[in-house]
Amino acid sequence: MKLKHMFLSVIGAAVLAAPFTVPAPAAAEESLYLPNLVYRTGPFAPGGIPIANGFADYWNMINERDGGVRGVKVVTEECEFGYNTDRGVECYERTKNNHNGALVYHPISTGVTYAIADRSPKDKIPVISMGYGRSDAGDGTVFPYVFPLVATYWGQATALIKYIGDQEGGMDALKGQKIALVYLDIAYGKEPIPFLEVMAKKYGFELQTYPVSFPGIEQKATWLRIRRAKPDYVLMWGWGVMNQAAIKEAANINFPRDKFIGNWWSGAEQDTVPAGAAAKGYKSAALNESGTDFPVIQDIMTNVYAKGNGTNEKNVGQVLYNRSLAMQILTHEAILTAMDKFGDGPITSEQLRWGIENLNMTEDRAKAHGALGIVPIVKVSCENHIGVGGGVKIQQWNGSSWEIVSDWIKPINEIIAPEVKKSAAKYLADSGISRTACE
Amino acid sequence: MFYREAGQFSSNYKQDQAIFPIRQDRIGIFLILFVAFFVLPFAASEYFVSAILIPFLILSLAALGLNVLTGYAGQLSLGTGAFMAVGAFAAYKFATGVPDMPIIIVLLMGGLMAAGVGIMFGIPSMRIKGFYLAVATLAAQFFIEWLFVKVGWFTNYSASGVITAPPLAIGIPFTDIEFVFDTAVRKYLFTLSFVVVLALATKNLVRSHIGRGWMAVRDMDIAAEIIGFKPLNTKLSAFAVSSFLCGVAGALWAFVHLGTVEPEAFGINRSFSILFMIIIGGLGSILGAFIGAAFITLLPILLNSVPPLLGLNIAVDLIEHIQFMVFGALIIFFLIVEPHGLARLWSIGKEKLRTWPFPY
Repeated sequence: MKLKHMFLSVIGAAVLAAPFTVPAPAAAEESLYLPNLVYRTGPFAPGGIPIANGFADYWNMINERDGGVRGVKVVTEECEFGYNTDRGVECYERTKNNHNGALVYHPISTGVTYAIADRSPKDKIPVISMGYGRSDAGDGTVFPYVFPLVATYWGQATALIKYIGDQEGGMDALKGQKIALVYLDIAYGKEPIPFLEVMAKKYGFELQTYPVSFPGIEQKATWLRIRRAKPDYVLMWGWGVMNQAAIKEAANINFPRDKFIGNWWSGAEQDTVPAGAAAKGYKSAALNESGTDFPVIQDIMTNVYAKGNGTNEKNVGQVLYNRSLAMQILTHEAILTAMDKFGDGPITSEQLRWGIENLNMTEDRAKAHGALGIVPIVKVSCENHIGVGGGVKIQQWNGSSWEIVSDWIKPINEIIAPEVKKSAAKYLADSGISRTACE
Repeated sequence: MFYREAGQFSSNYKQDQAIFPIRQDRIGIFLILFVAFFVLPFAASEYFVSAILIPFLILSLAALGLNVLTGYAGQLSLGTGAFMAVGAFAAYKFATGVPDMPIIIVLLMGGLMAAGVGIMFGIPSMRIKGFYLAVATLAAQFFIEWLFVKVGWFTNYSASGVITAPPLAIGIPFTDIEFVFDTAVRKYLFTLSFVVVLALATKNLVRSHIGRGWMAVRDMDIAAEIIGFKPLNTKLSAFAVSSFLCGVAGALWAFVHLGTVEPEAFGINRSFSILFMIIIGGLGSILGAFIGAAFITLLPILLNSVPPLLGLNIAVDLIEHIQFMVFGALIIFFLIVEPHGLARLWSIGKEKLRTWPFPY
């Protein structure tokens, strides 16, 4: 009896003393420190793992092949947050001061991006959210530290409508068409609706919206309604397990798969392979090409996997893996841009922010990185944190791999730009901060 | 030897009815408050204050709220997350709709709105009990989460459905100076003040006529009715106080901790984790809410940082999975050795301390 209580009190004391034992920041040395917020566990792990692996493999390769960025070793550290916003914030706070301070964060989660966007200006650490996060953060005067590079959800919605227009032979042909949106019924899924409504008015198509309750495993009723409504095209804003369920249901009602178009978080091997033959012909937006036929991936194979240091060879070349590479190559280029100005050596997060703001990824630079086709061609400026030149491609699943079936499609800027301004101005009013001037 | 009340006599009712009648307890509480207010803000690192202490305090407040309802009044609720969401979004609407409203009033108004919604969803408790009531409050959880996603008015028509909290600024009376709670330490002190005041108020409330009514209803509602407690007033007041505390916690979560919030932050998982906090911490105990919140929020973080501390280089996902297993095992372990929660362990400990070193 006594022993039990002693044991209990020891554990109790340990629990209460737990927070005091958090590790101190690791010793400083000359390095570039890139923390990696990952979710290898939890409901979205199938999407999180290839992204985390791409991050780890890329910087591993840079350290092996080049000995770091211009001789400065890159130190990465993973912090698992399971797609949970609170834990993501905890990871951010835990890692931000390690190794002389974190340079940049890629949260890979809209919730965490929002939460960090509020903190990063105080800590002066930039946040890159390529293809997710705050769509209004494109206004660099309001969000000096947030970079939703290449394209946002809003831009993507307009680009997808533009693609449908192209398929039908011009935007005028959209008149009278019925376009349905199947979306995960959380904040993320609802984002495109206002823009689709505006475009429905402008181009004269009819918009039908079908919410799917989280997490989206059960969609029978939704697709029965779609069968009755007979839309010409179905767009999808899904993530995780919802995507494969939707593809299977589309096959069940015999909806033509090539008129079923997902957004860029609904188009990866993790979505189509489990759906099996049903997925053949399914299309989705893409920010990059997939496959291993790129010099940068060959370098990863020889410098990382051949030496047995790789994370998981199965992921290499997948859509999400290559997207993760694209994010890191843009980061790499931004570090180089910052070094050009501030000198080769360990740079600070604020210098990197300048580097991202002056990032200019040209075709030549993409070739130099061995990643033409993976990395988007984009030029960022102080006012425009999305960057000029980005866009989306459409890819189609041929039963075993994704094929790009369109050229770059640019978002319809005259629809998005005023909304970005309006939403950013609202943020300004809500949060009580003032605009940052651009020189 | 040191912890015993021998020689401490109460010579009037006031002394006899004090919150902490034993001198050692009073000293202990003062020491804890002194450390929390004056030592921790200066001694602890920014990470510790902003990523651990602030969420711990806010979730403690939410657990306290649920403990009033479930622990004291015996009404099982799965709608805690929803009431937190009401607090957060109502506070946001007040802050943006009436910009001149002082931030403290804004947060309290968030709590009051949550109390109103809590009363509404408490009405079914007149007719249904136990697990059936839990299902009714589950409806509140899903309905409110859906409502905030569906109706744009609550988020001021933000396209993404995420709200951004205004800065925490308090105007000092009779001057134009504004004090802004912008650093981690200031936010911590702001949260701590809220939590301490509300915890003290709740402690007093449960010792009062109202609290005794809750406990009477919990133990046997027909008997409570016979001795003169109206079930309607008693149960609904428990719902109101509980939702008020949860609402303030939700508003603090949005305004102080994250600075921004989406409805999913207050999903069903939040409700469950707060329910687990009070089950593990101890039902019907103020201290239990705090211990439970510490257990549920801090232990996973500790477990995650143990392998790196020992110098082991294990993959993060493996650590996470080990953490799930250890955490689950610990929950089962504690529930087996002490079904009444960790707070009960503490009171057993106090009993032992009284007779130490000569137990009889």
